[in-house]
Amino acid sequence: MSSIPMEAGLLLAGILFVIGMVSVMIRRNVIFMLISVEIMLNAAGLAFIVAGSHWAQPDGQIMFIFILTMAAAEVSVGLALILQLYHHLKTLDSDAANFMKG
Amino acid sequence: MEATFYIAGAVAVIATLLVVMSYNLIHALLYLVVSFLAVAVVFFTLGAPFMAALEIIIYAGAIVVLIIFVIMMLNLTYEDVQQEKSWLKPSVWIGPAILSLVLLAELVYLVVAVEAPGTVSVSVEAAAVGMALYGPYMLGVQLCGILLMAGIVGAYHLGRQKKKIVHRFLERRAAS
Repeated sequence: MSSIPMEAGLLLAGILFVIGMVSVMIRRNVIFMLISVEIMLNAAGLAFIVAGSHWAQPDGQIMFIFILTMAAAEVSVGLALILQLYHHLKTLDSDAANFMKG
Repeated sequence: MEATFYIAGAVAVIATLLVVMSYNLIHALLYLVVSFLAVAVVFFTLGAPFMAALEIIIYAGAIVVLIIFVIMMLNLTYEDVQQEKSWLKPSVWIGPAILSLVLLAELVYLVVAVEAPGTVSVSVEAAAVGMALYGPYMLGVQLCGILLMAGIVGAYHLGRQKKKIVHRFLERRAAS
């Protein structure tokens, strides 16, 4: 089909993953951290798609579907946790939830 | 087709950077939608049109809208944006950013240094994906179903709030 080198796709996935990783580390807002984890999962899925299209196998796309399912389940549970955290502590600061006590 | 890939990739990187650098949550989510759409275009150019559709429907459609609804429930104000701005000082982000950039440079070197044999991206039809999904990957599909079920039950259990009791008679009965 098209002559896109595999390196370009893998590099794009790596750059997106590193941006998400930096964002997880530097943010203190819990919702921003959740968004960054979504960015990282999306980058991992992109790497699978690139590899699947390189070897002309459907396995890469199947892995992307699994990652998509996991991301959906993770974001629903994470948002429920964020709502409870906000109701308990009245803040979105992740440092406020460090005493491990309900 | 090649130029489309590179332009969409550049748009994805820029939009993701803007997600990371913006202080307002809603602005960040709008840039996140742009980033997901750009990644969907990348999927399309790589010969995975069904995955591009799934990316738009589930990531840009369902997940981002879910986060937006939660933000609306939290009732954030301008002060939260100011607090975010005060949290994100250069002294906070410069260390992790530089160390991660070193790791990214190593990754780029490792990907570029290895010479890959004849790189041509091939289109994989959605029908082949479906046949494999319900053939050798049947167990994975069922495990995904269990995971989604656990996600639903977990979200319901965690998101439930205690009923507020207004009458003291009912309060006493609930306590006993």
